[in-house]
Amino acid sequence: MSEKAKILAVAAVLVVFAFIIPHSNSFVVLLATRALVFAILAMSVDILLGFAGMASLGQAAYFSVGAYLTAILATKYQFGLGWDFWLVVLLAMLLGAATAAFFGLFAVRATGVYFLMITLALGQCVWGLAYRWQSLTNGDNGINVSTRPNFGLDLNNERTFFFLVFAFFTVTLLALYVLARSPFGRSLEGIRERELRMRVLGYNTWLHKYIAFIIAGAVGGLSGVLWAFTNGLVSPDTVVLTTSVDALLMVVLGGAGTLVGGAIGSAIVFGLREYLSTLVPWWQYVLGGIYVLTILYLPMGLMGLPARLRQWREASAERQKLAPAGS
Amino acid sequence: MTSKITSRTSVALLAICLGFATGLAPAAAAQQELRIGLLSPITGFLSQTGQDMTHGFQLYLDQHNGILGGAKVNLIVEDTTGKPDEAVAKAKKLVLQNHVDMFIGGVLASTGYALAPVSTELKTVYISSIAAADDLTQRQLSKYPYFIRTTWTSSLPNHPLGQWACDQGYKKAVVIATDYAFGYESAGGFQKAFEDCGGKVIQKIWPPLGNKDFGPFIPTIKSDADVIYSLQVGPAAPQFPKQLREAGVKLPIVAGGTSYDDYNLPYDSQVVAGDVSALMYSAALQTPKAEAFVKAFRSKYGQIPGYYAEANYTTAQMIDEAIAKSGGKFPGPEQFLQNMVSLKIDAARGPVSFDDMRNPIENVYIRKVEKTTLLGDSKPALWNVVIKTYPNVGQFWTYGKDKFLQQPVYSRDFPPCKYCE
Repeated sequence: MSEKAKILAVAAVLVVFAFIIPHSNSFVVLLATRALVFAILAMSVDILLGFAGMASLGQAAYFSVGAYLTAILATKYQFGLGWDFWLVVLLAMLLGAATAAFFGLFAVRATGVYFLMITLALGQCVWGLAYRWQSLTNGDNGINVSTRPNFGLDLNNERTFFFLVFAFFTVTLLALYVLARSPFGRSLEGIRERELRMRVLGYNTWLHKYIAFIIAGAVGGLSGVLWAFTNGLVSPDTVVLTTSVDALLMVVLGGAGTLVGGAIGSAIVFGLREYLSTLVPWWQYVLGGIYVLTILYLPMGLMGLPARLRQWREASAERQKLAPAGS
Repeated sequence: MTSKITSRTSVALLAICLGFATGLAPAAAAQQELRIGLLSPITGFLSQTGQDMTHGFQLYLDQHNGILGGAKVNLIVEDTTGKPDEAVAKAKKLVLQNHVDMFIGGVLASTGYALAPVSTELKTVYISSIAAADDLTQRQLSKYPYFIRTTWTSSLPNHPLGQWACDQGYKKAVVIATDYAFGYESAGGFQKAFEDCGGKVIQKIWPPLGNKDFGPFIPTIKSDADVIYSLQVGPAAPQFPKQLREAGVKLPIVAGGTSYDDYNLPYDSQVVAGDVSALMYSAALQTPKAEAFVKAFRSKYGQIPGYYAEANYTTAQMIDEAIAKSGGKFPGPEQFLQNMVSLKIDAARGPVSFDDMRNPIENVYIRKVEKTTLLGDSKPALWNVVIKTYPNVGQFWTYGKDKFLQQPVYSRDFPPCKYCE
C-alpha cells in the first residue's frame, strides 16, 4: 500500500507538472526543461549513490560525452537532426556506457573516498580532452548547436521539446525504478549495506557494482544528448567539476535512493540558481543555507521530510502523554 | 494512510513548484520604456570586471536620469558567473521573460561566441561591449544579423602594438598569453604585425584561463628574447609582472591592454612602472571628455575606471544617440542597428565610428605605466600614460578587409610559430 501510494503521488505530481509548465511563459518552460535534463543526470548518480552506495564525482564525464557526440554529429555531419535523432540517442547511451565500462575498470575496485577521488580524476581527464582537443571540440569556445531535430515533431518549439524531455525523464524514471526493484537492484542495496556479507553469500559484488556503473554511464550519456539540444552550447564548461558536484548535491538534497529525490533537488537548484539569482544578488547564501540545513536535519534529503515530520509528531505526542502522568 | 499520501504529495508538489511559481506571474507590461539586459559576471573570478562594467553603464544612466535618447530605461542586470553556459541561460531569460529590446555584455571571448547565436535565434539585438571574439565581426558576421560590437576585436589594438614594438628595435619576442580565444587572437594580432615588420616571435607560452601562479611558466622563458608580449585577464594581470620581476627577469614587457587595466594599477607595486600596453582607452587620457568621465566615476565609486567601465559607459552613450535618432522609441532591431552603425560619436576614449562589419574604428593608445600626478591630485600615482596614438584604427589594421579575411582567424596555431624551436 505504502509503495503504491508513493507511486501514485509521484504520478500525480508528474501529471500536474506536465499540465502547469506548458502554460507558463517560454522562459519557465526552458528552465523546467533544463531542470529535467539535470534530473535525469541526477538519477544516474542516484543509481550509484543511493543504491550501490558509491558517491561519484565524475558523472559529468558521461554527460559531456553524450553532449559532445550530439554537438559534433549535428554541426559537422548534420546528423541527428531528423529521425536519426533517435540513433544519436542510442549512440550516446552506448558511448556513455562504453566510457563508463572503461573508467569502471579503474574506479569500481575502490570504495569510499578513494572512489570519489578516482571518479573525480577520470572526469577531469574528459574535461582536459574537451579543452585541448581543439580540432574536434573547438576548445574553450565550445560548439554551438543552433537547431534542434525536426522529425514531424518540430523540437525547435520550446513546448514540444519540453514534452520530449519530459517523456525521456518519465521513461528513465520508470526503467530505473523497475531496475531498483529487481533482484539486481536489491543486491545492490545489499552491497551498500554490507558488502562483505554479500560476498560471503556468494554474490560477485564487483560485477554488480561494475554493471551499475555502466548503466549510470548510459543514462548520463542520454542526459548529455538532451542537454546539447536544450542549451544550444556544449563547451568545457559543461564537463567541469561543478556539473558533477551539482548532480551529486541534487541527489543528496532530494534524498538518495529515491530516484525522484534527484528531480526535486534539480528543481530546487535550478529554481534558485536561475530564478532567485535574477531577483537578489545573495542567492548563493540561500542555496548554501538549504544544503547545510538539509544535511543537518534531513539526512535522508527532502524526500525524508514526511517521515521526519511524523517522527517529530509522534515524539511530541509521546511527551504529551507522559506530561500529565508526571505532574 | 491518506494523510501520508497527501503529505508526501504536497511536499513534492511544493518542492517542484517552488522554483517555477514566481515565473507564472506575467511580466509587468510597461509601454514606452526601453528594456536593456546587462550580462555581467557579478560573482566568480571575473567579479571585479563585472562590477566595473555595471558601474560604467549605471554611471551614464544616472547622469541622464535613467533616460536614453528620450526613452525611460529599465536596466536588468544578470549574473553570468563568468561562464558561457550560464550567460546563454541568462540571455534567454532576459529575452523570454523580461522581453528586453537588447542585451549587452559578456566578458570572455568564448562567452561572445556563445551569445551571438542566441541573438540570431531569438531575433534580439546583442551588443558586445567587452567580449572581443574576432570572428563575430569578421568571417562569421553573416550568421549574426542582430550582433554589433561597440568596443573592439581582440586583435585590434595588438596590430599597432606589434608595429610599435618593431619600431622600437625589438627583434625577438616571447609571447605569454592566456589559453583561450581572446589570448590567441590578441597574441595573433601582435605576432602578425610584429613579424610583418621584421620581428620574430621565438616562443609562445599559454597559461590556462584563471591561472594565478606563473611560477611554472616563468623559468621556461627564453633568455635570448629582447621583449615579452604578455596578455593576461582578471586576477592574473597584476600577478604576472610581480612574479616575473621577483624571478629576476628584466626583459621589457609590451602587453595587451587587459594586462594593465587602469583599476588594477593602484594596487600594483612599483614593479610595473615602465611596462607598455596598447588599448583604445586609458584613464590618463587628457581630453576634457575623458577627464570628466574619470572624475565622475571616481567620485561615485571611489576608484579609477578601467576600460571595462569606459566600454559600457560609451555603449550607453551610443544607445542614447541611436535611440534619439528614432525619436525616443526603440525602432525595432534592424533600424536600431542601422542607427548604431551610422553614429559618429565623441566618446571618453576619443572619436568612434563604425566600419561596414559593425565594428568600431577608433584610436589605439600605446600606454606606459608611469608614476605621475594627474587630475589635480595631491599625490602621484601610477597611470597608463599615453606615449603614442594611432588614430582611426579598424579591425583590419593596414591589411585591407578582403586580404585580411582571406587568412583564417587567429588561433593557437595561426600565425604559425615559424621561429620557435
